[in-house]
Amino acid sequence: MIVTKNLNFSYGKGTSFSFPDVVVSSGESLLITGGSGRGKTTLLHLLGGLLRPQAGAVIIEQTNIAELSEKKLDHFRGQHIGLVLQQAYFVASLNVLENVVLASWLATGKQARDKAKQLLQQLDLQDHLHKQLSQLSTGQQQRVSIARALINEPKLLLADEPTSSLDDENAHRVADMLSQLAKQYGTALVIVTHDQRLKDTFPNQISL
Amino acid sequence: MITRIAWKNIWFKPLNTALSIILLTASVAIITLLILLQEQFEKQFDSNIDNIDLVLGAQGSPLQLILSAVYQVDAPTGNIDYTEAKTWMKHRFVQTAVPLAFGDNYKGFRIVGTTPNYLTVYGKGIKEGRSFLKNFEVVVGSAIAAKMNLKIGDKFFGSHGDAAQGELHEDHEYIVTGIATPTGKVADNLILCTIPSVWAMHEEEGHEHAEAEEHSHEHHEEAITEQGKEITAVLIKFRSKMGIIMWPRLIAQNTKMQAASPAIEINRLFSLFGVGLQALQYLAYGIMFISGISIFIALYNTLKERKYEFALLRVNGASRLQLLWLVLIESLLLCITGFIFGTVVGRVALTFISCSSESEFKMSFNPLEFVWQKEGYLFGLTIFVGILAAVIPAVKAYSLNISKTLANA
Repeated sequence: MIVTKNLNFSYGKGTSFSFPDVVVSSGESLLITGGSGRGKTTLLHLLGGLLRPQAGAVIIEQTNIAELSEKKLDHFRGQHIGLVLQQAYFVASLNVLENVVLASWLATGKQARDKAKQLLQQLDLQDHLHKQLSQLSTGQQQRVSIARALINEPKLLLADEPTSSLDDENAHRVADMLSQLAKQYGTALVIVTHDQRLKDTFPNQISL
Repeated sequence: MITRIAWKNIWFKPLNTALSIILLTASVAIITLLILLQEQFEKQFDSNIDNIDLVLGAQGSPLQLILSAVYQVDAPTGNIDYTEAKTWMKHRFVQTAVPLAFGDNYKGFRIVGTTPNYLTVYGKGIKEGRSFLKNFEVVVGSAIAAKMNLKIGDKFFGSHGDAAQGELHEDHEYIVTGIATPTGKVADNLILCTIPSVWAMHEEEGHEHAEAEEHSHEHHEEAITEQGKEITAVLIKFRSKMGIIMWPRLIAQNTKMQAASPAIEINRLFSLFGVGLQALQYLAYGIMFISGISIFIALYNTLKERKYEFALLRVNGASRLQLLWLVLIESLLLCITGFIFGTVVGRVALTFISCSSESEFKMSFNPLEFVWQKEGYLFGLTIFVGILAAVIPAVKAYSLNISKTLANA
């Protein structure tokens, strides 16, 4: 469950945003849409603790992450927040499975290999476990990043334009998987996008 | 896990990695080689001048006299009169005086006429058999006995002069009566006999040669007298250290001989070498500096591509410190690998050098010796270079703004 209150952020002079309050319960999803320059990504980074708000609070499961120290925030992010980005980035020298396992180790200190395999299988990637990421298609890479975001069963799953660089078929597939897995793990899902194709899948929407 | 990622990362760019490691290996190998060579060279030279305060010999280059009489690596400066030398050998300052007469060789190993004293003062005595007493009896050094497979009772002919190809003295054969205890010094590679053996060998053949140039060929009697006979040099140890200071002048003024101090001459030799060694050392440090730069460039260049990777690691819960470590460990892994390779390569090189110096100068080096202190410093230096090269990339990784990085993606 995530709740925000009176979030404000500014990039120096001129560009400042004040965001509407957001409430998403566990297992639910929210689509945030809006044209470019409206602060979609900024809001997502605020929710994920990548940026600190000038004012307001981001409360995830009773923790106001705006007040955490840098080190605690890193730790909290690893354990409770999963992030899927428009373009998937990986540790290029590690293979698919290792990249997912790495996320579990960074957050918990344990290497959840079985869990990673199971997740990857659910995402239809069981044949690619030991491949280099560069050998996969964009759609496949995006699914790996979903697996990585979910490996620690986060309370909050954030997705920034997860489908923008995908074709229709893959876009729907990824969207379906996201909503399905969010429900399965009881994760609050927040997607920011300008991708019109997602509007049907996620009825709960805010426009900036 | 961080170490594992670092390890995978450095092999992800094999060419960059190979370049850095090769440069590091080269510099560490050169420095290791120099450390070992210098250490063992000096030790060998120093151990051989134990118990020798001065060398008495014919006038000429003092360094040549030392090299020929003490280290057996150069031709002698000439001969000195035995009777005249004897008056000095009995001087009250003198504790021990060991005369040396060079004549022949056996397959390149010098046969030296001397007194049994040589073995007790400069060797460690006899391992097998007994010392030489009569003419043409010899005690062979342990290294020769092993290489030439000589046993007590074996007989052989000597060849004239220093060269193994010299004319064979076939009138007299030498008989092995003893094998010397190994010393790790020059004595291991010498064949020792009485001084009269050397005289007799050449007297009867009537040779004219450097070692006994002004032979009086008149006497051909069986009994060999010392009158008018010549030797090559005398190794002297003083009872009173006054001698070391006074003798060189005293000898130069009163005789046709010279007295040279091994310690001074060897110091002079080392300072000559030193310039070359120093130059090599600077070269090696230069290469190390370049390898540091190469590591720096490699890390810095990949940082641009890897900044998303780092941002991602942070998103997944990695702390700033873990990223700092990641970069640092990558650099250190390179350095440690380079250091290990360098240490091994340096020792392989020393083995080759040892083989060639062994056949040329009868001087061998031990590649398995570790000079812990100096090599420890070298390791420290290598690590320091690694840390230095990684500082800027590591700090950049540490202070990465993840939001900005990901937003600009």
